[in-house]
Amino acid sequence: MLKNFAKDPRPSRRRFLQGSAAAAAGLTVGFRWNGGMPKFASAAYAADGTLAANAFVRIGTDNTVTVLSKHLEMGQGVYTGLATIVAEELDADWAQIRVESAPADASLYNNLQFGPVQGTGGSSSIANSYDQLRKAGATARAMLVEAAAKDWVVDRAGITVEKGVVSHATSGRSATFGDLAGKAAGLPVPVDVTLKDPGRFTLIGTSVPRVDAKSKTDGTAQFALDVRLPGMLTAVVARPPVFGARVKSVDAAPAKAVKGVVEVVQVPSGVAVVATNFWAAAKGREALNVQWDDAGAETRGTAEIMSEYKALAEKPGMPVRSQGDTAKALAGAAKTITAAFEFPYLAHAPMEPLDCVVRLDGDRCEIWAGDQFQTIDQGNAAAASGLKPDQVRIHTLMAGGSFGRRANTVSDYIVEAIHVAKALDRGTPVKLVWTREDDIRGGRYRPMYYHTLTAGLDVQGRPVAWQHRIVGQSIIGGTPFESVMVKDGVDGTSVEGAANLPYDIPNLAVDLHTTKVGVPVLWWRAVGSTHTAYSTEVFIDEVAHAAGKDPVEFRRALLSHHPRHKAVLELAAEKAGWGTKLPEGKARGVAVHESFSTFVAQVAEITMQPDGSVKVDRVVCAVDCGRAINPDVIRAQMEGGIGFGLGGVLYGEVTLDKGEVLQSNFHDYRVLRIEEMPKVEVHIVPSTEAPTGVGEPGVPPIGPAVANAVFAATGRRVRSLPFTRDQSV
Amino acid sequence: MAVSFVLNGEPVSLDVDPEMPLLWAVREFAGLTGTKFGCGAAQCGACTVHLEGQPVRSCSTPVSSVEGQSVTTIEGISGKAAAAVQAAWQRIEVPQCGYCQSGQIMSAVALLEQTPKPTDDDINSAMSGNICRCATYVRIRSAIHAAATTMEG
Repeated sequence: MLKNFAKDPRPSRRRFLQGSAAAAAGLTVGFRWNGGMPKFASAAYAADGTLAANAFVRIGTDNTVTVLSKHLEMGQGVYTGLATIVAEELDADWAQIRVESAPADASLYNNLQFGPVQGTGGSSSIANSYDQLRKAGATARAMLVEAAAKDWVVDRAGITVEKGVVSHATSGRSATFGDLAGKAAGLPVPVDVTLKDPGRFTLIGTSVPRVDAKSKTDGTAQFALDVRLPGMLTAVVARPPVFGARVKSVDAAPAKAVKGVVEVVQVPSGVAVVATNFWAAAKGREALNVQWDDAGAETRGTAEIMSEYKALAEKPGMPVRSQGDTAKALAGAAKTITAAFEFPYLAHAPMEPLDCVVRLDGDRCEIWAGDQFQTIDQGNAAAASGLKPDQVRIHTLMAGGSFGRRANTVSDYIVEAIHVAKALDRGTPVKLVWTREDDIRGGRYRPMYYHTLTAGLDVQGRPVAWQHRIVGQSIIGGTPFESVMVKDGVDGTSVEGAANLPYDIPNLAVDLHTTKVGVPVLWWRAVGSTHTAYSTEVFIDEVAHAAGKDPVEFRRALLSHHPRHKAVLELAAEKAGWGTKLPEGKARGVAVHESFSTFVAQVAEITMQPDGSVKVDRVVCAVDCGRAINPDVIRAQMEGGIGFGLGGVLYGEVTLDKGEVLQSNFHDYRVLRIEEMPKVEVHIVPSTEAPTGVGEPGVPPIGPAVANAVFAATGRRVRSLPFTRDQSV
Repeated sequence: MAVSFVLNGEPVSLDVDPEMPLLWAVREFAGLTGTKFGCGAAQCGACTVHLEGQPVRSCSTPVSSVEGQSVTTIEGISGKAAAAVQAAWQRIEVPQCGYCQSGQIMSAVALLEQTPKPTDDDINSAMSGNICRCATYVRIRSAIHAAATTMEG
């Protein structure tokens, strides 16, 4: 597998995770999937007749099939997708499928794209699990067939399996999986199994119902916030008003006077108020009197930081991609076009703010969380608690959204909870709850960026040169993994989507200035493509306009080496009626972008409002994610990605004044609401390519598609996000 | 001081700080965790419950203010509109992460109880206070229309 990683041109998270795992003490599990099945080591299952054929599938005598998900379900539908793959090869009946979260154990459940790390991200869950889970399902099926053959004394070749029933036509025998589980459990696990011909798939490619739909409509779905343990206390933490400040002094007495407050403890991130319930903890925090030491803290404002970025952009940065002679081609161009783009900090703001439950007891640490980064969290939790990673047990619950926030290299919320638990009596479980204000002001934002682009056209209007400069913080920089992961001054997550621009332009240069700012940053759904798709797809539209060409035709002509980009572009344009006349006041814009090996094109139809704002009426989306496992989940992810991305470009910004975050809750960190959601039409490209992810790739194209529609309607380019800040809209 | 009210049809008496928001009283003292905390400021609607049949934001409703009244949470909804909404939510597969959906459903049920055949504008007005960061809005709208159709039939 490592060979495959090396071949992958995309640097970003994949490379980071391999290095980070190697760097973090105790995490070097060294597991590599070689096509074999990790065994599920539990005698208990064999004893009660359950067939645990491997780490991913258990078949009970009650005829249920339990699929263990190594990935976090945070809305993307991964429980359903992973279970579909197993059920397909097992020939199970969908109604008998259950899904459970796998324990944290990188030796069994590592993400095959992340090396020896268990974690969810980079839209990789289906892509890395597809072959592994097909084999897991086929192995279990082979054991059931073998058990039936032995029991019935018939030849395996005459046995068929359909919808959870094993049958032998000649003898007329049949049995359920549950009937055979106990007998199959005693058999050796086969090494080689035959996978189905995809032409015979009956579940993959159909929209089986989501396994979590019911529990998410009757209030029974369990999130970390819902965990209740005997004797559990609740903690909220007072954190400094500026990033990097420290506690100078605390007057805890007024907080301790609040009924229900049990303890006030200083932790590295601030001061924790621990109480018998959330409300008492929150009231106690209000009453606290903390003096902060700002020495070494970030005290600049975002306007000041952006000015510095603009000055930096005057000079060349670290080279990222260079082909041909861009400077010479620009100098000789018949026409040059230039533009600059500004991107703000963005908070993830998942509906469930950060929270977890921790219980420390002697040599055991237990964590209940919507955990996205189990191996990294085990390592950080172990370091904070003084234990070994394998003494840290993580119960992964479903997460109320994440968008990247719960996967962070320092495990901020988990480590904070551990420091609180350390201060309490041994074994007392503590639930840490971040409020919405803590979330919006707590950092780990999508970084602020400044981009400049220059393009040159020849006399025929063909693009001959493209120069792209990016200025901003590195997501990896400043973490303990910087020395391992930032190569030649370039963090791949800063430039993905720009460095691999698909357009056929002979002279092309991309460079990067990585800045040092004390505002903590993190990947935000679609990572680098959240800004690179915007700048490149708005700018290519500008270049097309300068060349006097239709934006779709102009792109098509430059995509001859990228057929999958071209195909989604053509499909979206066709389905949207590109080129047909729209009523007065309406306009269309288009964008196409690849992220995480999935190709998405979107055409946005907008109406300019009398007050100058934009109403997005309809979005036509074409997606190529290889083989479609569950078309309805793919549609849902495109719809959701469009809404999430649209809210981001229209309204999203975190701003700082003298280092203090100015926003605090949804009244001033505005997100998309129902009346602002466009109609969405999704078209999936039929494909037999390996399946790729859909959690993130729906996000990047919507911003530039809307911006290009605004240009078509008004002749104005939105180059400073969000739209509400841009003077031109 | 104990606060007494009717919760999902049953009388309850909770010994809590009277200023405590109904949300936390219901979650941590009555043990019903289907109602969620999203913002604490009546900005997102994740905590929506029914008070005497009307949707309210329980995160900003002091528990003392519901003394003697009837509160319904996601665990306790019933009736034609509730059944139609929950069925439509599942059939159309509205939820993604699911965290906001209790609140969405409570708002949708209240809407349909008062306006059995809502227009898109009615839906916008009734549902604008419920944020979904997964942006399941397209399906929320479809499911409300579908539930309205079910209720007619």
